[in-house]
Amino acid sequence: MSDETVNMTPVIETGRPEKGSGGAWVFWTVLFAATWALSTWSFALYKALDARWIIRFPARFALNLDTWITDAVNWLVEDLSFGLFTFRDTTRFLAAIIEAPYDIVRALLIDGFQSGQGQQAVEMFPPLSWLAVIAVMVALARYARDWSLAALVGGCFAYLAIFGQWESAMITLASVLIAVPIGGVGGLLLGVASYRSDRFERALRPVLDLMQTVPVFAYLVPILVLFGFGPVAALIATVIYAMPPMVRNTTVALQSVPEEVIEAGRMMGCGERQLMWKVLIPTALPSIMVGVNQVIMLTLNMVIIASMIGAGGLGYDVLTALRRLDIGGGIEAGVAIVVMAIALDRLSQAFAERRLRPLPDPSLPLHRRHPLATGTLAVVVLTTLSGFFVDGLRTYPEALTVTTGDFWATGIEWINVNFFDAIDAAKNLLLTWVMLPVKQFFSGIPWFWGIAVVGLAAGRLGGWKLGLMAAAMMAFIAASGLWGKAMTTVYLTTVAVFLASLIGIPLGIWAGQNARANSILGAIIDTLQTLPSFVYLIPVVMLFRVGDFSALIAMVLYALAPAVRYAAHGIRSIDPELIEAGRVSGCTRRQMLRRIRVPLAAPSLLLGLNQTIMLALSMLVITALVGTRDLGQEVYIALTKANVGQGLVAGISVAFIAIIADRVVNALARSTRERLGIK
Amino acid sequence: MSSEVLLDCKGVWKLYGADLQTFLTRHANAPSDQDLADHNIIGAVRGVDVAIRKGEIFVIMGLSGSGKSTLVRCLSRLIEPNAGTIGYEGRDLLAMSDAELIEVRRRKMGMVFQHFALLPHLTVLQNVAFPLEVQGVDRKRRETDAMRMIETVGLSGREGNYPRQLSGGQQQRVGIARSLVTNPELWFLDEPFSALDPLIRREMQDEFIRLQSMLRKTIVFITHDFDEAIRLADRIAVLKDGRIEQTATPEELMTNPATPYVAEFTRHVDRAKVVRLQSIMTPFTGDGPWSGALPGKLTVAETVAQIDAGEHPFQVLDDAGKPVGMVSARQAIDVMIGRPAQ
Repeated sequence: MSDETVNMTPVIETGRPEKGSGGAWVFWTVLFAATWALSTWSFALYKALDARWIIRFPARFALNLDTWITDAVNWLVEDLSFGLFTFRDTTRFLAAIIEAPYDIVRALLIDGFQSGQGQQAVEMFPPLSWLAVIAVMVALARYARDWSLAALVGGCFAYLAIFGQWESAMITLASVLIAVPIGGVGGLLLGVASYRSDRFERALRPVLDLMQTVPVFAYLVPILVLFGFGPVAALIATVIYAMPPMVRNTTVALQSVPEEVIEAGRMMGCGERQLMWKVLIPTALPSIMVGVNQVIMLTLNMVIIASMIGAGGLGYDVLTALRRLDIGGGIEAGVAIVVMAIALDRLSQAFAERRLRPLPDPSLPLHRRHPLATGTLAVVVLTTLSGFFVDGLRTYPEALTVTTGDFWATGIEWINVNFFDAIDAAKNLLLTWVMLPVKQFFSGIPWFWGIAVVGLAAGRLGGWKLGLMAAAMMAFIAASGLWGKAMTTVYLTTVAVFLASLIGIPLGIWAGQNARANSILGAIIDTLQTLPSFVYLIPVVMLFRVGDFSALIAMVLYALAPAVRYAAHGIRSIDPELIEAGRVSGCTRRQMLRRIRVPLAAPSLLLGLNQTIMLALSMLVITALVGTRDLGQEVYIALTKANVGQGLVAGISVAFIAIIADRVVNALARSTRERLGIK
Repeated sequence: MSSEVLLDCKGVWKLYGADLQTFLTRHANAPSDQDLADHNIIGAVRGVDVAIRKGEIFVIMGLSGSGKSTLVRCLSRLIEPNAGTIGYEGRDLLAMSDAELIEVRRRKMGMVFQHFALLPHLTVLQNVAFPLEVQGVDRKRRETDAMRMIETVGLSGREGNYPRQLSGGQQQRVGIARSLVTNPELWFLDEPFSALDPLIRREMQDEFIRLQSMLRKTIVFITHDFDEAIRLADRIAVLKDGRIEQTATPEELMTNPATPYVAEFTRHVDRAKVVRLQSIMTPFTGDGPWSGALPGKLTVAETVAQIDAGEHPFQVLDDAGKPVGMVSARQAIDVMIGRPAQ
């Protein structure tokens, strides 16, 4: 090809390396070869040189951060006093503030209001009838969208009643009803503050990063120590987990209000407060509501984990079933969580998308103006009052419940009996040929080279600052004595992300080009994402028993969604003119895909990869329950021993791995975008 | 037209870059374009003087990037200029405290935006009533006032709709009604019709002329469309690279462009629609015969058919109805076909 033709090649062709890429090629090859060599021969090296430090971080230099943290927390809880009151009083006071509304909601939904204690308790007022709760949900759905959504939501809640999950579901709903407002309002206020002040945003950003990347288990431990076992501790953990997206979402939503609207507000003479609450927030409300939807979904995602520190309800049912290996019971409660998640997800989405309707004519009487509200109120009052006399209205009659537990148990048993050999063969194949070699590769890398190689790679991709930060983070992990477990973490995540991308990206590319495929895959992905991460464990454990393989499958399933979604989005958002340009130039379908669609969707694919890594890492901690021997396991052990230091250090290590991955992939995505000239 | 100045803007600079105060002080608030380039500073508005008179339509015309939007935002202090003064009713707008500024904006200023900037969660009625709501006017009064304004802009019956249910033209009518509901004396319009289809744009311009004939506001109108500027303006300021090239009436611009840049704009404009009889008339001699008399304020385009049909020249009358000149078919046709006058 002559120079001239090269110059005339369209932008699209930048998929291939640019100038200087010869050096890059050498760099990566050398780096990988060196790593591989050291990994393979590190043990031999240690034997030959009798240098144990090669494979073990020298104990002399170890950071004893975990003991310090544990001591510090103990001092906080045992000894710290502010004169009039102690630190423990403060946490108790905080707990009481959250507990009071929780008790009220719980009484309303399930316990009823009682006066007196224990045996002498006299019921003052019954809980809402199950019919009343369903009626309220249906009315909300109708208000937010239409009767078909109302039917879906009503059906979901009716399912909970009919299949005998009502009581647990209401306990879960009570914690959602407390956690979501706290997370939503707290997130909104923090989001507003960081919109207003750049300095506040800069200070808050790393905190949010940590909140989102530290595995939940890690902060369960300090919360457990500070607030004690019970629903309040669970609620606090849930709020910490669910709030960060709300903060980010609020800030972004406010930032994307058109400048003109703000100027219009100023020109009409709004003060700062009027501008925020009357102009900015209402204008940004639909986007802010998306954040609320996320808070709800994350709250539901937490229900099982939160039940480890005292939340009751559906999560507790799943956890106990999992511990007892009660297949039927676990799936039953798991499905109930899913059903509830779907109902609340669709409902909150509908609120986010709700279009304003013309106001009703104020001259009509109240029940004509608001037939839905008044009708629902009538149903609530009638059914609940009749609950005094008719038991069947108060709680769903037990005789009419249907249990699916046996069905699930038999189903799984049948699969196990008939397909054991096939499943086992697949499992062994993957273990022998993929998982074990990767595991050996990662666990063989000596700690000092691991630090260096991560630093070099990150530095090459994202600048020397990122390289230094990554190396420091890896050094922290090594110094904390967690190197081996961290490498197990990296190995499991790598394999899971690889498999998830291998399956997810082609599916996403397909969905991006085919409307039918998109609608079907979209529905599946939506449902997968609605499932709390824990739910994935149930069938996987039933089929594959405990071990790395089960963990891997659960991680792949959980991390699949973003790979598909971002690939589809990337393919779809390519400028249609470029597609037409390709078509006019006579590209075949294959060429279109390879030369135009995939290169242009690359930034989006990378973002999907980023999310896939994050989800795989967050799932990894949960799979500790099925017996992996990684950082997740370390955190889980800390939880059972209530060892704050151990839990936090391991948690922070996971967070560091996540942060390095996130920054590196983002740097890659950024440079790709710049190369393609896409904003 | 009264010549009393309402908004007096002197030596206004808006720059973007580093360490601007030192830069401006060093160059005595009058840096040259070369100074700007040397220091990597972008000059969005460069030493602009404009005096907007009471009751006039003052159009600021410029292409994209000329700084017209920045200038109007400096005039309304939505953007803080780096140097200059903006005199308003004997006070410097730039020296006002936030509270004073809010008060002035609530009572004295209205602004219309290119993309309407309506609040999506409010109905038409609530949007129009919003400036009053912000001031704390009670609901009944503000809704009465808003209804009257909605009627004025011809949207009666749509007051219960939300903005997204309206067409672009209707949305801008809401924007206009909202900006006028507080009865401001100073009315800013930032490219109000640029986002509309050509036909609707024309209709809205007519509507604007109709409104102004009723309301007699002092208007600062921003546009990138020279035809629109010619059609609406009492005076036009042509802006290029943040500097004013020329400030003049449309007619002066057409007949006497100050720079080649301005001349380039005028070249493709239909002169007959701008040039008035009073500027092409020959001195009044007093001897007839006459085919009739025409007010000197009318344009050639409005009168050429009549002048051409007459056998004799026409008298040209001043505002008081006194004959001050005369015009013949030849002169009118010269303008129509772009032939140099003899």
